[in-house]
Amino acid sequence: MILYLGRRLLGVLGVLIAVAAVTFAVFHVLPSDPAAAACGKSCSTERLEAIRANMGLDTPLWRQFADFVTGIFTGRTLGTGQYALRCDFPCLGYSYENSQGVWDLLVDRLPVSASLAVGAAALWLLLGLSAGVTAALRKDTLTDRVLMVGAVAAASLPVYFTSVMLIYGLIRVTGLLPYPQYVPFGTDPLSWASNLLLPWLALALLYAAMYARQSRNSMIESMAEPYIRTARAKGLPRRTVVVKHGLRSGMTPILTIFGMDLGGLLAGAVITESIFGLPGIGRLFYGALSTGDQPVILGATLLAATFIVVANLAVDLLYAVVDPRVRY
Amino acid sequence: MTTTSPPTATTGAPPPSVPTARSPWRLVRAELRRRPAARVSLGVVALFALLAAAAPLIGPLGGWGPDEFDKSAVDPYLGGLPIGPLGGVSAEHWLGVEPVTGRDLFARVVHGAQVSLLIAFSATAIVVVAGTAAGIAAGYFGGRTDTVLSRLMDLTMSFPSLIFMIAMMSVARDVNRIVLMTAVIGLFGWPGIARIVRGQTLSLKHREYVDAARVGGSGPVRILVRDILPGVTGPVVAYTTLIVPGMIATEAALSYLGVGVRPPTPSWGQMIAESVAYYETDPLYFAVPSVCLFLTVLAFTLLGDALRDVLDPRGGGA
Repeated sequence: MILYLGRRLLGVLGVLIAVAAVTFAVFHVLPSDPAAAACGKSCSTERLEAIRANMGLDTPLWRQFADFVTGIFTGRTLGTGQYALRCDFPCLGYSYENSQGVWDLLVDRLPVSASLAVGAAALWLLLGLSAGVTAALRKDTLTDRVLMVGAVAAASLPVYFTSVMLIYGLIRVTGLLPYPQYVPFGTDPLSWASNLLLPWLALALLYAAMYARQSRNSMIESMAEPYIRTARAKGLPRRTVVVKHGLRSGMTPILTIFGMDLGGLLAGAVITESIFGLPGIGRLFYGALSTGDQPVILGATLLAATFIVVANLAVDLLYAVVDPRVRY
Repeated sequence: MTTTSPPTATTGAPPPSVPTARSPWRLVRAELRRRPAARVSLGVVALFALLAAAAPLIGPLGGWGPDEFDKSAVDPYLGGLPIGPLGGVSAEHWLGVEPVTGRDLFARVVHGAQVSLLIAFSATAIVVVAGTAAGIAAGYFGGRTDTVLSRLMDLTMSFPSLIFMIAMMSVARDVNRIVLMTAVIGLFGWPGIARIVRGQTLSLKHREYVDAARVGGSGPVRILVRDILPGVTGPVVAYTTLIVPGMIATEAALSYLGVGVRPPTPSWGQMIAESVAYYETDPLYFAVPSVCLFLTVLAFTLLGDALRDVLDPRGGGA
């Protein structure tokens, strides 16, 4: 187990460095010149050179990348002379726009994105699994067909359409919910939830279909197994049979998708955050794109990749919990 | 239903088939006949594909080009809202007009279909060709090839793909947007199908007929093309149909965010983005591209489901 974990963690590190390298290469091959942008209109050549050196843009690309990676682990000093700026572990550099540390910016925005992702994930698991299990238990009835077609239809709606319709129906017409405004969980859990309910719903409708279909398939398969008959014959309540014996054995593929979905969302849902005006990482990233703020773009991409690989690792470890046959 | 032998009937040399054995394509037709939803989906897919392919011919039927302004169709005193009911639907403008500019919605939605579907289909083609090649190679050759390709799949899947696509689209400035978008979307899609093909290849490569071909002196290339490839076509066709809606949605998302095709070239995502502000005052303007996008994605998904049930009955999954 320990050996397995160690090997996997090494793998995670390798993947992240590769992602960073590709991102770095892509964004540095581009024609934009942040030094010129920082220097402004009336810019002398010497000053431009100085700024370039200060930003570390005068060294070869591989050197910049090596500095960037070591900076993450050990911290580094950016710039030289009077402009020197100590950037502590974990150093992702400074935003070109407002000179804030990228790490601080990301950490600042993370609670918003994480609240959005975790709440939506809980909601789509609830919706998806209950729809899937209900459909499986009533296989080939009208309920089954309505639920499954409904799930596919919900997933086919683009999230920006669903969001606008939800805003229209639940805010504008009926006034049931407030227009989403992020309230930290610590301040007021109730208003945190009621503010985020709408974005959660918009995302959950998009994602739930996958879970409904997957859980329906595995439920149908597992409910036909002999051990289900045994469990029933023992006189276990139907609920226990369905949840503990039927659903559990089909959890492995659901867990796999769940890890990928949640990992992908944690570092920001760009479209959803923009529509609902939530100040999460997705918005930060989108804003950084329009201003060409490379350190922020790189940092956000790296954070997103980290969430994805860590979520996948967590899922692999969880297999052993869900399925007792799996051992590492 | 379970077919014990995957679609071997499509090989060039027909296997010693029992006369009653039905080819997978016959099964597909039978299944389509049995399921009304799949039949309707096929119709919708065909309709939009036709619209897209014949956009230069169908678009002008309404009498307006996608970029032609019609100031007489909008009311300058109402902030440029279309004149007339339902967003300006009239004999002249079949689906109404855009607020402010008065551009014809029918022409724009038809040309938008062309752009959206062109990108989605080309990206799908890239994904399917690359994914199938990688999957077959990884599954058949095994060993180091498999390790390298599988690692590459894991790596690609670890990329935060939408974020990365947005970033790449927004930084590249003076390139053909459609080509770039196809390439970028295709770049992140291949591992999914590669995994499926790899699994399928692994299960095929020790079948007797493959062994027989090997004993008969066929080289690896010949075996891959003549014996393995036909065996994986069933699942590939099914999953291809299931990939398309994702591609359409991705293209729409990128265009919605403003990093896709550049105006004035229309695309559904971009049209939706422009119309969001008018969803209350001019609902039809918002509804037309949204409904097109929704119907296409839904139809492809339902069709793909039906195809998968026939062509890859044990593939299961969602």
